[in-house]
Amino acid sequence: MAEVKLFRTWSSPFPLRIVWALEVKGIEYEMIYEDLSNKSSMLLQYNPVYKKVPVLLHKGKPISESLVILEYIEETWKSKTPSLLPEDPYQRAMARFGAKFGEDKILPLIWEAFIKQGKEQEEALVAVHGNMKYLEVELRGKKFLGGDAVGFADLAFGWLANLVSVFEEVTGVTFIDCEKFPLLLTWMQNFMDAPKIRDTWPPRDKLITKFRALRETLIAKEPK
Amino acid sequence: MANTSSTHDVKVLGAWPSPFVIRARIALNIKSVEYEFLAETPGSKSQLLLQSNPVHKKIPVLIHRGKPIAESLVIVQYIDEVWSSGPSILPSDPYDRAIARFWAAYVDDKFFPSLRPIKSAQGEEKAALVKQVNEGLVLLEEAFQKSSKGKAFFGGDRIGYLDVAFGSMLGWLRATEKMGEVKLLDEAKTPGLVQWAESFCADGAVKGLIPDTEKIVEFAKLIAARMKGSGSS
Repeated sequence: MAEVKLFRTWSSPFPLRIVWALEVKGIEYEMIYEDLSNKSSMLLQYNPVYKKVPVLLHKGKPISESLVILEYIEETWKSKTPSLLPEDPYQRAMARFGAKFGEDKILPLIWEAFIKQGKEQEEALVAVHGNMKYLEVELRGKKFLGGDAVGFADLAFGWLANLVSVFEEVTGVTFIDCEKFPLLLTWMQNFMDAPKIRDTWPPRDKLITKFRALRETLIAKEPK
Repeated sequence: MANTSSTHDVKVLGAWPSPFVIRARIALNIKSVEYEFLAETPGSKSQLLLQSNPVHKKIPVLIHRGKPIAESLVIVQYIDEVWSSGPSILPSDPYDRAIARFWAAYVDDKFFPSLRPIKSAQGEEKAALVKQVNEGLVLLEEAFQKSSKGKAFFGGDRIGYLDVAFGSMLGWLRATEKMGEVKLLDEAKTPGLVQWAESFCADGAVKGLIPDTEKIVEFAKLIAARMKGSGSS
């Protein structure tokens, strides 16, 4: 029986962060795929508060919330390199700040830009661009947010690398302009192709189909 | 242990009503670190704040040796890691740390947002909001029982990360009870938390930081009046 199990879905970007952390550190694990429309009793038992993926099960003990899980992996498998967080407390704080900023600002704004249309979408994109400047600045002189190698903040933002282009294809709108965000686009490509990361991406055509259908459903629900 | 940092080495930009600011101050107190408290004027943002936290323009900001750190829980972890010879704030075991982080995030993502709308809600809407908060408190009671293992705090014998994250909310919790005319922390439903709340507020690192309920109620009324007065749509 595997010591480490990861509950995930085929498409959700949050469990994918955990896949990346485990792969990058070379930790053996077993994947358990969930269908969120028909959640397993195990998932409900292990994450009763949110009933969501990811859940990491280590020696029978469950941990939920992807950023919490990343810290757990870093602290539990201390000897497994590479480290996801730097040694210096200030640099660690910057990485954690960045990850939280991604969750609280970037993610909801990009989602908003994806599910809206017309003026609302335009406004959301303006907000996205305003906030993306943070990443463009952080990436100066660096290949990854973590420096030479992928780190905590890269794993937190990694979903941008594949989902932005999926959203752009579905909406027909450019989310990240190559003129305004050259460093960010380069980072997205570097992250996409990074060793251990490059083989984990869910099939693009399936993602496009899924998100197209989801967008249509959400737009149909909007009050007129 | 000699505290070699000068008062000006460590600054906290904040305001007395903010539970997030309180977290940073409790953490510094746990470590016996002296700091300069720079109070922001309500309704306006200082140049220093805008420079130190350009991304969010929010308090608290910790400024240590001229370098700013924002986001209260990031600040608390930073304090724990920098002043590592002081009493630990996070537990030592990785699983216990994960549990503490999980519940601290729950307080921020679910619990505190569910508290805010109660004070001005009415009827059915209010009942639904109160039910949500009560369900959250029951979850936190369970977490307390598991985490404290019979001791006074989530952190055991001493206050720790989750005590700081949740305890910082107690002023607003009590003020919400008063403004919403509703009992939230109830000995019958969450006896552990009721006892914990008393112990937490009496702790040396916390004393004086949780504002009086009346002060918060007055402050909340001031903010509500200001928002009405600004006439925004």
